[in-house]
This record gives sequence, C-alpha cells and structure tokens, in this order.
Amino acid sequence: MKQIKKIAFWLLVLFLLILICLPGIWIFVSAFRPNPEILSKPANWIPDRWTIHQFTQMFSINGYVSVPAFKYLMNSVIISSVSTVIAITIGMMGGYAFARFNFRGKNSIFLSLMLARAVPGISLSLPLFILFAKIGIINTSFGVILVYVAMNVPFTIWLTDGFFRQIPKEMSEVARTDGCTRLQAFWNVELPLAGPGIGAAAIFAFLLSWNEYALASIITRTVHSKTLPIGMMDYLDEFTINWAGMCAIAVVMIIPALILTFIVQKHLVSGLTFGGVKG
Amino acid sequence: MSRKFFSGPFILILPSILAIGFVIIIPLIFSFYTSFTSYKLTRPDSLFNFVGLRNYERLIDNTKFWYAFGRTILFLAVVLNLELLFGLGIALLINKITWGQRTLRTIMMFPMMFSPILVGFQWKYIFNDNIGLLNNFLYLFGYESAIPWLIDKYLAMGSIMVAEIWANTSIFAILLLAGLLGIPRDPIEAARVDGCNSWQVFKNITLPFLMPFIFIALTIRSLDVGRAYDIVHIMTGGGPAMRTELIWTMIARIGYKDANMGFANAMSYVSIILSIAFTYYFFTKLVAARRDLGQQ
Repeated sequence: MKQIKKIAFWLLVLFLLILICLPGIWIFVSAFRPNPEILSKPANWIPDRWTIHQFTQMFSINGYVSVPAFKYLMNSVIISSVSTVIAITIGMMGGYAFARFNFRGKNSIFLSLMLARAVPGISLSLPLFILFAKIGIINTSFGVILVYVAMNVPFTIWLTDGFFRQIPKEMSEVARTDGCTRLQAFWNVELPLAGPGIGAAAIFAFLLSWNEYALASIITRTVHSKTLPIGMMDYLDEFTINWAGMCAIAVVMIIPALILTFIVQKHLVSGLTFGGVKG
Repeated sequence: MSRKFFSGPFILILPSILAIGFVIIIPLIFSFYTSFTSYKLTRPDSLFNFVGLRNYERLIDNTKFWYAFGRTILFLAVVLNLELLFGLGIALLINKITWGQRTLRTIMMFPMMFSPILVGFQWKYIFNDNIGLLNNFLYLFGYESAIPWLIDKYLAMGSIMVAEIWANTSIFAILLLAGLLGIPRDPIEAARVDGCNSWQVFKNITLPFLMPFIFIALTIRSLDVGRAYDIVHIMTGGGPAMRTELIWTMIARIGYKDANMGFANAMSYVSIILSIAFTYYFFTKLVAARRDLGQQ
C-alpha cells in the first residue's frame, strides 16, 4: 500500500514536470526543425533532421534578411542594460533611504511608489505616446530607457529596502564611530553585504525590460529602436505566420533570461518575501 | 539640524520620484485631462475641445465596455484563484520531497522566465487548430477533427486562461514554498502528539502561517495583472467576435485603431482604478495577516 502511494506521488510529480516544461521544449525543438516538418500531420515529434536554417537566416549569415533580428537584439541589449544600471542606482538610493531613515510620510510614499507600478502599461502608453511625440523622443532608445527606469524603480526600492533592513544598523554605526563618513560606511560595509540582493534586483529589472511589450510596441516605431519582443511580432504581421522563424527568435529571447534567472534563483525568493513579511 | 535630517533621505529618494513623475505621473495627469476632451489622434486641434464628462457618460452607456469590464473581473477572479490553488498544491508537494528538491524548485521556476509575449506566442502555437501540439496529440489518440481552440467562442477564453495560469502559477508556488520552509517544526509536532490529523494541522497551523505569503504573492501578482494584455493580444487579439476582449485590449483598439484617444483615456482610468484597487486590497490584507501572525 505504501509502495503504491509512493509511486502515485512520483507519477504526479512527473506529470507536473512535463506540464511545466513541455511547452518550452516544444518551441525549442521547433526552432531547429526544417520548415516542411512544422506543417506535417500527424506531427513528427522528434525532427528527422536538425537545422539552424532559421538562425542563419535571422542573423543574415547568408545575406538574406527577412527580419532584422540582429538589430533588434542589439537594441534590446543596450536598452535593457542601460535602463537596469540607472534603475538600480537610483532605486538603491531610495531603498537605502526607506530602510535607514525615518521621515514624514514614509509609509504613504512607499505605498504610492508601489501603486505607480500597478498602472497597466497599455493605459500608460496612450499619454506617453502623445507626450513623447510632442517632445521628440518617440522612437528613440533614450525614450524607451527612460520608461523602463521609471517602471523598475518601485520594485527595486521594495527589494533593496528589504535587503538593507537585513543588515544590522550597528555595523554602519561602528564604522562611523571609527571615523568613516556615512557614505564611506555605506560603500565599504553595507553595499558589499547587500550585494547579492542588489544583484537579484538588477536581474529582475533587466528581465522586465528585456521582456516588456505593451509600452515598447507603442513608443518604438521602426528598426531604429524596436526591441526583440516587438521584432517577434514582425513574423506575425507577415502574410502567413512563419512559425519556425518565431520559434527561433523566441529561443534567442529566452536564453539570456534563462541563464540570468538560474544565477539568482537563490536570492530571488528571500528578496521578494523579506520585503513583505518583515517590512 | 532638522533641515539636515530632512534633506538626507529626501535627496536619496528624489531621483526615483523624478523618474516616476516624468514617466508615470505627468502622463497620467495629461490623460486625465484628455479624458474630458474629444481628442482624436487624426485631428490634433480636438485636444482643446472640452466635452466635460461626455466620455465617461458614453462609457456608462457602452454595453461592449461593460462586457469587457465584467470579462476582465471574471478573468482575474478565475485566474488568480486557480493560480493560488495550484501554486499551494505544488508548494506542498515539493515541500514533501527531500531528495532532489533543489532541482525540482529550479525546474518549477521555468515558466517565470517567459515574458508574457512569449507565453502568448507559445500557447498560440500549441493551441493552433492545424499544426498545434495539442491537436496533434489528440490526433495520436484517434481524435481526428481539429478543435479550433482559439477560434471557438467558448474555448478561446479558456485557452487564454490556461496560458495565463501556466505562466504565473510558479510565482505562487515559489513564494508559498518559501513560506512553508520557514514554518517552525515544534507547533506541528506538538499538534500531532495531541492527536491532530493532517488536515487539522494544515488548517490550524500551516495555513495561518502561510497567510502573509499568500497575500505577498497576490500583491506582487496584482501589480502586474495588466500584463495579461500581452498574452491576449498575441493569442486572439480580443477575438473571436470580441469574446476574449478584456478592458486592456479594448483600450488599445479604441485608442490606436479608432484613434479615439479621449474615449480610450477615460477607459484607461477605469482600468487603472481597477488595478490599484486590487493591489491596495491585497496590501491591506497583507498588513492584517502580518499583524495576526505577530500576535500569535
């Protein structure tokens, strides 16, 4: 009886694993499939022949470009990294202020910062589109970076606030009685201790910028500033959907996200829950 | 002295406030203004055509809007509840496993790395009536007529919900698992010695302890519910015949396709209030749950 229970338990776990992983694996496999196989019925579960045709075509290695994926990739990398660095810098300053100082209206400012993030992207996109067009930063990387900084700051504050609280106040006080300035104490004592947490916050910010669609689809107009998620839609807008091409660009999009998330997965949960439970 | 005390944190927060002010507050004020005008993108001078509350009146009379609104509430209610339920189930399951737990935890986080747009595309591909994984799978079992998952007026909404649940259950699971791992063993063992069965232990010890974690997960999720727009936009674009139109896809359609910005902005305000209400509600619940736990 106990044996049956155990087998049933592991079967359930296995079933869940398949459910969780299969959709992603299917996309991955399809990206390396020759085009005719995608349309075959009944499906060919494992490709007879693996091909990197979609990738060479996407990155125009043999000259023909259907979708300028390389340009989109570069835009995505630049926009996501620059906006992450800025958002983390100013968000960390804010988080430090919330963790270490007491000032009037602290809780209400904290809550309204979080509510700023609750504004749905699509509702924000209408006025941003008009505003950016008026001041001439529509369809520029600068405009997109600006938007992503503002979107990432509230969450960065929430996370870093939690991490700075974890560090005993006394450590900074001891450093200051030993003759450090507040800034030196921060730089030499508190920042290194909060380092892993800030790294996690940075990856969150990067992923949000990397994956964002609703706002970018409005404020980027041409290949000049379009990011990968918007570029992926180019495959949809064509007359017939190029499934294999979309799968290939999906793989390009997911790999950095995959790697980065695996790096921080340990800090991810402690960061999220700490801010909430003890805050 | 008091000036110095005030200026320190103030200067530290200022850049954040400036960035949010420029990208979020100013556009919101602007869109609040345009929601009282008949602004159309195609006619710039209509920006100054003040029409008072007419956009909001039109909104109240617009049955399509109320359908979309109701559908959004229904969508959120179903999706959030199921995600919480499945997330709790997965967390309890993994908590039981001692061998290979770390690996399982990592695999469980797999869907979290997918952006909403990728989720939408991936499930559009899987649900495709002709070449999709699901219909191909059914074909294998002799079910040969292709089911139009995203074209049928009843199935489309369910298909989108499946995609949304797949993508976000892991957030609940991982946060609840963090809560489970932090539960002190003593009260559970004491309860078992006193003769409680598993269900009683779960109901009276585990669940109250998990409450703050449940509300953290709900608060974090409710901040991003608007991102469901990406999934719907890719999978069906609001179709078939507007059966999957949520408030967000309707805003995009009226604002950009019909170029009717004033009306769309009025709608945006309703959606913003909806999102903020959800977040605020869960946040107050979180504060309350935290207080309860503190007293125990």
